[in-house]
Amino acid sequence: MTLSIRSGSTALLGPSGSGKSTLLRLLNRLGDPDEGVVRFHGTNVRELDPLELRKRVGLVPQLPAPVAGSVADNVCLGPRLHGEEIDPEGPVRQAGLDASFLERDASRLSVGEQQRVMLARALALEPEVLLLDEPTASLDSAATAAVEDALGNLQGVSLVLVTHDRAQAERLAERTVELREGRVATA
Amino acid sequence: MSTVSITLGEVAASLALIAVAIAVSFWRRAELEQDIALAVLRSFVQLTAVGYVIQAIFDTDSLWLVVALLAGMVAFGAWTARGRAKAVPGATGPIVLALSVAAAVTLGLVLAVGVFEPEPRYLVPVGGMVIGNSMTAVAVALDRLADEMHDGRRQIEAMLALGATSRQAARATVTRSLRSGMIPLIDSTKTTGIVFFPGTMVGMLVAGAEPIDAVRLQVVLLWVLLGAVALAGLIAVSLGYRGFFTAAHQLRD
Repeated sequence: MTLSIRSGSTALLGPSGSGKSTLLRLLNRLGDPDEGVVRFHGTNVRELDPLELRKRVGLVPQLPAPVAGSVADNVCLGPRLHGEEIDPEGPVRQAGLDASFLERDASRLSVGEQQRVMLARALALEPEVLLLDEPTASLDSAATAAVEDALGNLQGVSLVLVTHDRAQAERLAERTVELREGRVATA
Repeated sequence: MSTVSITLGEVAASLALIAVAIAVSFWRRAELEQDIALAVLRSFVQLTAVGYVIQAIFDTDSLWLVVALLAGMVAFGAWTARGRAKAVPGATGPIVLALSVAAAVTLGLVLAVGVFEPEPRYLVPVGGMVIGNSMTAVAVALDRLADEMHDGRRQIEAMLALGATSRQAARATVTRSLRSGMIPLIDSTKTTGIVFFPGTMVGMLVAGAEPIDAVRLQVVLLWVLLGAVALAGLIAVSLGYRGFFTAAHQLRD
């Protein structure tokens, strides 16, 4: 397949098994394709430092995977891995949570709140692009609305959203790419 | 000091207990009769063979033969541990290094502090204990590592996605695996003398040594083993986790 994703927000839409998540993992090199090339700003991603690439191209996983500790610990995790300290309040607010969450135990939050902590954790690295792998698949409708609100309010970061939900793609993305059986069906 | 001498007839008589084990298995349909028989046969054949090998090494008094025997133990121990850590990619190298370093460092230390003379009669049995215990610890630790890498895949990949190196992403997993490799020996060291008598002490007492001498030697050996197991476990998991990752800090499929 050939696919070019511009800045702004793009949804990759398709049934499960159509290769959406696999494609997403190629964009920050959590995986490599058997053949073919993935380019970021025209450079083959294999020529980039994968750790730097993942800082610039963040990922929110399908299911929250918080580390043990407070929300602040989770949000500061990414910068700390790179030897930087940040104020976690900004990313937490961007993710639609208020500052009272900072000291709470991340493992004791609801799944919807945890998923917003994952969003804050990814935003803390100030990525250029945010990859979202079915970010609301495990959430109820209220939690889904809260996550979508937070995503809709983000400024200055491009989104690549993987979803099986056409309505969500239309709510969140400027462009939609439809995948079927590992191929681009419509773009 | 009186010595203990056991005839082959007396060894054969002790098979009575094996008859009990097989009877239990048969009665409760545990289906372990064949395994028990094989274990009995192997313990007799292997120990008898190694008895002659050790006798030959003691007779020649050659340190090179000691090194060769210990190298053979490392190879066999690594092969055994490898079998139990099949799910760890590329584990053979780390295991061999772990067992070799554990044996070399601990034997070097007990020689340096002068607990033992550099003679085959000390180096062979102590080396065997160190390698055997290290093998068990390494197998347990790597088995746990494989389980944790499998079960914790989501968490580890989430760390990688934040730009963590393989080492950073695996750190907590590696630590837990090391702990699980070391805990059995630490626990048995804590209960030693209360719940069970370790083999060296039993052997020395039976052979007629003074209890205090037997205890001192046993204490030294237990402490040496703790150090060896820590070292072997550390090397095995610190190198073993790398097999799960590519050079680009990706989890292998």
